[in-house]
Amino acid sequence: MQITVTVNGVERSGDVEPRTLLVHFLRDELGLTGTNIGCDTSSCGACTIHVEGQSAKSCTMLAAQADGLSVTTIEGLADGDTLHPMQRCFQENHGLQCGYCTPGMVMAAVSLLDENPNPSETDVRIGLEGNLCRCTGYHNIVKSVLACAAESTGASK
Amino acid sequence: MRRRINWGVEVIPASFEYLRADSVDVAIAALTEHGDEAKLLAGGHSLLPLMKLRLAAPSVLVDVGRLDDLRYINDAGDHIAIGALTRHRDLEISTLLASAAPLLSHAAGHVGDPQVRHRGTLGGSLAHADPASDLPAVILAMGGTLVATGPNGSREIAASEFFTGFLESALAPDELLTEIRIPKLDAQGWSFQKFNRRAQDWAIVGVATVRANGSTGVALVNMGSTPLLATAVMDAVKSGATAADAAALANEGTEAQSDINASSEYREHLARVLVRRSLEESGLA
Ligand SMILES: Cc1cc2nc3c(=O)[nH]c(=O)nc-3n(C[C@H](O)[C@H](O)[C@H](O)COP(=O)(O)OP(=O)(O)OC[C@H]3O[C@@H](n4cnc5c(N)ncnc54)[C@H](O)[C@@H]3O)c2cc1C
Ligand code: FES
Ligand code: FES
Repeated sequence: MQITVTVNGVERSGDVEPRTLLVHFLRDELGLTGTNIGCDTSSCGACTIHVEGQSAKSCTMLAAQADGLSVTTIEGLADGDTLHPMQRCFQENHGLQCGYCTPGMVMAAVSLLDENPNPSETDVRIGLEGNLCRCTGYHNIVKSVLACAAESTGASK
Repeated sequence: MRRRINWGVEVIPASFEYLRADSVDVAIAALTEHGDEAKLLAGGHSLLPLMKLRLAAPSVLVDVGRLDDLRYINDAGDHIAIGALTRHRDLEISTLLASAAPLLSHAAGHVGDPQVRHRGTLGGSLAHADPASDLPAVILAMGGTLVATGPNGSREIAASEFFTGFLESALAPDELLTEIRIPKLDAQGWSFQKFNRRAQDWAIVGVATVRANGSTGVALVNMGSTPLLATAVMDAVKSGATAADAAALANEGTEAQSDINASSEYREHLARVLVRRSLEESGLA
C-alpha cells in the first residue's frame, strides 16, 4: 500500500506492506537509522519518535497508522549543526555511554518537557519509565533532562 | 531501497489486509463482511505486540484509530460519557475527570509508560479484557456501562456483565465498543493500588476502590481470568465491617494464577493487603 508520512518536516512516500512497522519504514525505506530497535516486546523505548508531537514507540505502530501524520525522529531535532538543547544537555552532562538508548531517551525527554516543562527529579524518572538504559544507571540521563529543563524555564522567565 | 541485514529473527506480524475505517458504519460493515478473520485496531498497544510475537494473526485489520468522533470526554448530566477511542493520556489530563472521576484519571496515568499512554485507548483496554489491565478494574469498581454498536444499532452492557473470560468480552464479533459511561458519583473517597516490581509493568495485583452514595465498589486486577469485583469485600463493608475485617475476604471468589512474578498464594496475600490499604485510603476506618 502507498503511504505518505511527513518525516522531519518533509513529505516522504513509500510503498509498504501493511504489516511494515513504522520503525522499519524509517530505518529501511528512508535510511533514518538513528531510531534504534532494542527489543521485541515494546519495552525498551530505543525506537521512540514523535508522532504528531508526542512520544511513541515506532516498533509498536504500523507504518500504515502513520499515513498522513507528522513524525519527528532524532535526525529531525538538530537545526543544521546546532544541536537541540536536549541533545546538548546529554552531551554536556555525560548522559550516555554506549549511546544505544540515547536517541529514544532524547526523544522521550523532549516530549516529557513539552508536557511538563518544570519537572522534579521524580517526574523525570517516572516520565522516562518507558526507556531502558543498560549502561548509565540513569543518573546522568536524569541530570541531563533536569539541566535542559532548568535552562529552558530559566530562558523563558 | 536499502537491503536489510537480518542479524537475528525478525519480529514482525504475519501478513494481513489493512482497512482504515473513516466511520463507525464502515468499521461495522468490515467486521460483518470478514467475521472472525477481522480484528479492530485502535491504539494497537495490546494487539500489535501479540501480532509481532505471532500470538495473534488476524487476516484483516480494521483500523479505527482515526475515528476522532469517538475521542471525547463529555459531561452527560447524570453520567460522564467517554468515547472508546479516547487515549490514556486524554484521561490522565482531563480536568472533567479530575473532578468527577479522579480514580479513572489517576489510574490512567499509571498505565504503562508515557509512550503507551499517548497511543493506547480506553476502548481497546476494555475490549482486550486482560485481567492484568488497570482500567477494566477501575470501570468495574465505578459501576460503568459500556455501549456496543453493531449492524442493528447500539446496546448497553453493564461493566459487571462485560468480562466473560480470559481476553473475552460480551462484544459480538461484529460489534464495536463506542462509548463508556460512568455514573457521576459523589465520591467520598477512592484509591488505586498497583503493585509491581519493575517500572512500566502491569500490576502483579491491583485494586481499584471507590466509595460513594453509601456504597463501596472494589475491583481486583490480575486475580483471575477476568477483572473481578471483590463482592465479598463489598458486602462486608456494606454491613459495617472495618477495613481490616473486610479486606480479609479479598481472595474470596478469586482464581489467582501462579506465574513468573508471583505464586497464587502470594497474589492472595497481596490482594488482602492492598484491599485493606485501598479501603483505608478511601476513608474507611
Ligand atoms: C509496554 C506496554 C506496557 C503496558 N502497560 C500496561 C499497564 O501497566 N496497564 C494496562 O492496563 N495496560 C498496559 N498496556 C496495554 C495498553 O494499555 C493498551 O493500550 C490497551 O490495553 C489496549 O488499547 P489499544 O487502544 O492499544 O488497543 P488495541 O491493541 O488496538 O486493541 C486491543 C484489542 O481490543 C480490540 N478493540 C480495540 N478497540 C476496540 C473497540 N473500540 N471496540 C471493540 N474492540 C476493540 C482489538 O480488536 C484488540 O483485540 C501496556 C502496553 C504496552 C505496549
Ligand atoms: S524497540 Fe524496544 S520498545 Fe520499540
Ligand atoms: S547508554 Fe548504553 S544503553 Fe543507555
